[in-house]
Amino acid sequence: MFMLVPGAEVPHFCSQCHDYPCVESCPVEALSVSKETEAVLVDKEKCTACGDCIDACPGRIPHMHPTENYALICDLCDGEPQCVKECSAGKWNALWVADKSESHSYKLYAKRPDEVTRDLVINLYGEKGKEMI
Amino acid sequence: MRGYAGKFLEVDLTKEKMKDIEFGEDILRQYIGGRGLATKILWDRLGDHWEKVDPLGPENILLLLTGPLTGFFPGAKLCVSGKSPQSNGIVGSTVAGEFPVELKCAGYDGLIVTGRAPNPVYIFVTDHKAEIRDASHIWGKGAKETLKILTEEGRRELAERNPEYGEWREPAVVYVGPAGENGTRVSAVTAKWTHGAGYGGYGGVMGSKNLKAVIAKGTGPLPEVEDIEKVSTLIDEISRICYGSDDFRRWGTGAAGYDVGSRLSSEPVRNWQDEWHDEKSFGVDKFEEKVWIKRYWGDFGCPTTCLKIAMPRAGPFKGAITDNPDYENQAYVGTNLGVFTPEENVYLMALLDDLGLCGIQGGNVLGFAGELYQRGILTKEDLNGIEPKWGDTEAFASLARMVARREGIGDVLAEGTYRAALKIGELKNMDLLPYAVVEKGMAIGAHGIRSEKDYTTEGGLMSYACSVQAGDHTSIAYLPLTHGNSELNIILHDSGVYCWFNIMEDEALALIWDFFEAVTGWRIGPEEWYNTTARRILHLQRAALLLGGPDHRWDPKVHDDNPPRFYEPLPSGPYSGKTTDRAKFEKYRSEYYEAVGWDEQGIPKSEELRRLGLDGVDRKLRSII
Repeated sequence: MFMLVPGAEVPHFCSQCHDYPCVESCPVEALSVSKETEAVLVDKEKCTACGDCIDACPGRIPHMHPTENYALICDLCDGEPQCVKECSAGKWNALWVADKSESHSYKLYAKRPDEVTRDLVINLYGEKGKEMI
Repeated sequence: MRGYAGKFLEVDLTKEKMKDIEFGEDILRQYIGGRGLATKILWDRLGDHWEKVDPLGPENILLLLTGPLTGFFPGAKLCVSGKSPQSNGIVGSTVAGEFPVELKCAGYDGLIVTGRAPNPVYIFVTDHKAEIRDASHIWGKGAKETLKILTEEGRRELAERNPEYGEWREPAVVYVGPAGENGTRVSAVTAKWTHGAGYGGYGGVMGSKNLKAVIAKGTGPLPEVEDIEKVSTLIDEISRICYGSDDFRRWGTGAAGYDVGSRLSSEPVRNWQDEWHDEKSFGVDKFEEKVWIKRYWGDFGCPTTCLKIAMPRAGPFKGAITDNPDYENQAYVGTNLGVFTPEENVYLMALLDDLGLCGIQGGNVLGFAGELYQRGILTKEDLNGIEPKWGDTEAFASLARMVARREGIGDVLAEGTYRAALKIGELKNMDLLPYAVVEKGMAIGAHGIRSEKDYTTEGGLMSYACSVQAGDHTSIAYLPLTHGNSELNIILHDSGVYCWFNIMEDEALALIWDFFEAVTGWRIGPEEWYNTTARRILHLQRAALLLGGPDHRWDPKVHDDNPPRFYEPLPSGPYSGKTTDRAKFEKYRSEYYEAVGWDEQGIPKSEELRRLGLDGVDRKLRSII
């Protein structure tokens, strides 16, 4: 969750791109795709924290564990994402679980927080938003 | 110790030196954190000569403290404290935001800032280390610009230091605007754009130290707790209770701008000359439909999200951005100034936010100036060409800018209503205190007592008069002492440190002892809290308030009282003619003194102080008072 401009909060979640560029990029095959959830899975033992997956992701969404040596990528909590549960219990309903469809380009949503923020602040604040970029 | 990061950062700005310090478990067990711990630290270091310490001088200490429950109890907050330039006492002034969590994740429970930097600086805190840096490129800048620059710089630097990490989430910042930089007594310490630790006037303390901002980024986890399963369960329980309550979610406190006036006759109108209005243009439906552009906004872990973001999209005030405005700011830079439209209210509050002026203290002094102008006591010439007629938004905006910059009449008004009343009164050879709606040097919150319809009288008429935080409407004297609104409970939340709004339901308050135990392992419990631990902190704050100084000392016989205006009859509305019953008030005051262990003079009793291990305080009080 990024807040580069107050009010323009940007969730920065894995989009489970159809072509999984992160998985493709891993030089040690530490990344795989779960058959059940279609989320990306990280094998902590195999991961060398090289960062290739971060560079491969169009939104630079994975990030390194601050102290352990492996990449953190959303695994959808094995199918029952906690974030969705809480957002729904709190009645903000900004997040929900969807069935993955073949006809949507989820990869479009894999964007860097700066890029999302730039568009969002204009939508939210209008002309005033330009001063905030 | 569970719940705590384990160390505090002490910063000596004069010597530009920093060191880590720790407090023993016995101290933390007694004073917890936030307000309680601030009180202890301030008393230990400055208590023996409290009355001589200049709040805006280098000897004052600025405290930015978290507590063991910060980051765990839903709704993280930071407690800002020091010797208050308003009351000359100690105020635990809280502000929400991500900063307290970043600080704890960086390994620090708080900052203790002493001295004064030779030039404007800011402090950059990252995992277990901090740096003091030159702030000349941001000194003088308003809120939005300051936050933008520091967010960008901070993020860029984090990425440079550790490029393999991935995208760095922005660090959190607390800072002051021009009003703080210029050492006004009416300025806040700000988080994000619009969140202010206002009560106490610590913006001026921070500015007087040449400290523009503190930035924090912590990559560590929150501290270890005693029972993580139990904490997790309790977070869920508290959250569910908050999710079930609609009031604050739908409207924030923004329905009160109409209701507290129209239904309760307790809202400041034209410097409290009235407390009733029926201006439907100020209804919450108008705020919701005309200016709210984001419906739910909150801070780390908050289940209530009482805030909204407001911005007029068209018209002369388009582009002004603030949050809500919340009730206090609807009242103080709205009805209090004769302003009754959402767009103008947003415009004024956005201006005050950007200048770093506290909405309550700033709005109160603007209203005071407005009344003096109304009565011809201050002329257009006295006001440097400004004519603050009621409802004249631009005039009040001009005046606000002058206050923040300490220009012209602004230099006097920057001292806050009480001191301005004395100063202008001296110049004009008049007693202007009848027009100052203040309590011990601090503007009172926007909840009147004359109609006896608002919460501020439910526990007695001594709500402000006997509060150790003077005019703070969020920390009132209340009987019984165990009630949710009682100052003794607020001390708990302000020391915790977490947001009171997430524990307003009795059901939630009942869980707080379990919560403390699950985090810290300590079983505090109501017995101990209301009889011992809360009182110890209360008496220390009371002692500091009574010692006061250097410019004013409060005499309980005179100053444990409501402002003169609260004894004038309400001029209009359904409670027209009603006012505060003095005899009734004095009875409540006596009852309160008795209940908290103060003598008939309002001084904490010797045996009470000694019982709580505050012998030194007792000696100090007897020697001076």
